[in-house]
Amino acid sequence: MPYDPKEPLKDRITDLGPRHYEDFLPPVIKNNYGKWAYHEILEPGVLVHVAENGDKVFTVRVGGARLMSISHIREICEIADKHCDGHLRFTTRNNIEFMVDDLAKVEPLKKELLGRKQAGGGFKFPIGGTGAGITNIVHTQGWIHCHTPATDASGVVKAVMDDLFDEFTSMRMPAQVRISLACCLNMCGAVHCSDIAILGYHRKPPMVDWEVIDKVCEIPLAIASCPTAAIKPGKFTREDGTTAQGVQVNADRCMFCGNCYTMCPALPLADDVGDGIVIMAGGKVSNRISPPKFSKVVVAFLPNTPPRWKETCDCVKNLVEVYAKDARKYERVGDWAERIGWERFFEKTGLPFTHHLIDDFRDPAYYTWRQTTQYRFTNS
Amino acid sequence: MKHKTPLLDQLESGPWPSFVSDIKREAEARAKNEKGVDFQIPVEVCDDILGVMELTYEQKRTHWKHGGIVGVFGYGGGVIGRYCDQPEMFPGVAHFHTIRVNQPGGKYYNTEFLKKLCDLWDKRGSGLTNMHGSTGDIILLGTYTHQLEEVFYELTHDFNQDLGGSGSNLRTPSDCLGKSRCEYACYDTMALCYDLTNEYQDFLHRPAFPYKFKFKFDGCPNCCVASIARSDMSFIGTWRDDIRIDQKAVQAYVGGEVPVNGGAFKGRDWGAFDINAEVIDLCPTKCMSWDGKKLGIYTPECTRCMHCINVMPKALRIGEDCGVAILLGAKAPILDGAQMGSLVVPFMKVEPPYTEIKEFIEKVWDYWMEEGKNRERLGELMKRQGFQRLLEATGLEPIPQMVKEPRTNPYIFWRADEVPGGFERDIKEYRKHHLR
Repeated sequence: MPYDPKEPLKDRITDLGPRHYEDFLPPVIKNNYGKWAYHEILEPGVLVHVAENGDKVFTVRVGGARLMSISHIREICEIADKHCDGHLRFTTRNNIEFMVDDLAKVEPLKKELLGRKQAGGGFKFPIGGTGAGITNIVHTQGWIHCHTPATDASGVVKAVMDDLFDEFTSMRMPAQVRISLACCLNMCGAVHCSDIAILGYHRKPPMVDWEVIDKVCEIPLAIASCPTAAIKPGKFTREDGTTAQGVQVNADRCMFCGNCYTMCPALPLADDVGDGIVIMAGGKVSNRISPPKFSKVVVAFLPNTPPRWKETCDCVKNLVEVYAKDARKYERVGDWAERIGWERFFEKTGLPFTHHLIDDFRDPAYYTWRQTTQYRFTNS
Repeated sequence: MKHKTPLLDQLESGPWPSFVSDIKREAEARAKNEKGVDFQIPVEVCDDILGVMELTYEQKRTHWKHGGIVGVFGYGGGVIGRYCDQPEMFPGVAHFHTIRVNQPGGKYYNTEFLKKLCDLWDKRGSGLTNMHGSTGDIILLGTYTHQLEEVFYELTHDFNQDLGGSGSNLRTPSDCLGKSRCEYACYDTMALCYDLTNEYQDFLHRPAFPYKFKFKFDGCPNCCVASIARSDMSFIGTWRDDIRIDQKAVQAYVGGEVPVNGGAFKGRDWGAFDINAEVIDLCPTKCMSWDGKKLGIYTPECTRCMHCINVMPKALRIGEDCGVAILLGAKAPILDGAQMGSLVVPFMKVEPPYTEIKEFIEKVWDYWMEEGKNRERLGELMKRQGFQRLLEATGLEPIPQMVKEPRTNPYIFWRADEVPGGFERDIKEYRKHHLR
């Protein structure tokens, strides 16, 4: 029986959870679950995992827009049906992995994947994203779906990845470079521990929509939401003489986090020139050699320049190039910056150091100031 | 196409897959409707999403209204309401609600499932998805309110498949692929993730928390799903015995017979592999030795950073006495700045039915639900009340592994029962000996 809107709770099923992963594992994966011995990246985007009994699974990894149509997914399925007995997986960084159990099946699969192009000429299934290279950018929704973004997501990512395409399909970096994008500080994408983070940010305090604020907003919640106490109760007389209870925003105290707008729809922040992009660098999540670390703000603001965000693309590309040239093998961006010193980082990258980059937000700020006479002289 | 999109069109060139080309393709497929699909939302939804995006690219401000409380009966999450602020210009996306579908472990699929999901979303939604959202869910992007129950009914009845979490719920837990295809996995991430997701379905669907709560499961300290940075409770695999060494394979690496780091550096000529410079000297605790023949690892000093194993996966393997480290409180910057997960449980065995882990989870939740303020993440509560309160709530004994270093101030909140005689004193007795 299909769903009956007149009896919405009839035959209702809830709390099923996800499908069990065993339903979806390819046989070679299921047979060797927990018995893998080692792996090797044969070439960019192609891996082999070898089991203790000698079984092998060959994986071809392809990039893609995480925003994808069902036509595209059907095409993915067509390829998986033809080459992989109807199995595939996605990675945490929005790549797609096609797996086969025989080396002889790899070349036909690669040919099929690289042969498929979009109407505009782009690859549908670029192969790469492995090892010491630049894999897919994880990102958030941006202007396609979100109500709080300070920049787009899919468009910026497309533009940046076009520029870095050769690094996706190769492995010539000193270590893996993880780039992430979040379209506002809420960071659905949690980009704050990335080698390079592209972050949408507002720069103008919220406007108060006096026409509706007392109808759509829990004023105390809006006031409480502000981490710097920039919002306090306020009154306003409308043109018709009626008064509205609402809030006043102390612009001097606002650091544009947008948390008030999350709580109150009558406090929008979005602005065509106020909004833009912050570039952060040097974070990581791996415990390898050095502990995980946060990304640091290295560019306080770049404008939103759709459709191709040239300033952002140029900045990211420059960072990647300087890092690739200067860092030692195994050094992540943050490890490199710490070894050469952040003062040298700014010299080498040519990025201007401005007052915006010195932390002045609460206690953690103090711990980022230099409390030693040990520093390097630089030319910038 | 319904709308002219000169700005978006510029995102069709270049080698990387273009979401603009892809949406246009879907718009054309819907317009043609060769399969005769009985579309339940406007046929022009993809045209209109391109239209609203083009307008946004011109004006550089989002055109989605704030919020929108929609959902399915009985659930307090899983659907994100979204309405366009120019519904007359773009009626196809006047409603553009998102449905989060709980992804399978490791994001493995068969095509039968995906094709069926495509058919469902063709008929009842925009035909656009995210594979996957940031938390890990399959995101069905954009449908009308009247389709929400229909989609939920079909997912549960025909797909044996539930929604994911949103709002102040347990968010859809996510995992790395773990033992299914990785030799580094110290525990079965997919099994633990699946078990806990099902155990806590009530929390996932019905908001009971002060704010969102995320579990993520990393099989080893390489942290491929970034649990340490973005989950309130992060499970990271580790071990406590010796790294297993195959000395012959080490020789093969030294002799240049095997590419280092599983071949990750093949794209550049880094010169011959130098085990001293690349492994021994980079070991963070300097617990390794190499005499030209034999590799030594002094296990008591090893902090299991994974570097040597990553460099020589054919020669070195994780230990056999494996478990998890549990870290608490990671979150993105909203509100008071980003927090990394803090180590609370250095080591716990991972064995079904995971009783010890569940007891720990529930103690943490009890504490957070009791003490947490509205919209206060666990990490923020820990900062506000201090690590000691967490220890009391979980019954854990303090051990030095929990801190990077001891405190640098003596402002200790001594408890009365820790000081002989307690805090109650007699000022008159005191003044007998100390004149005012």
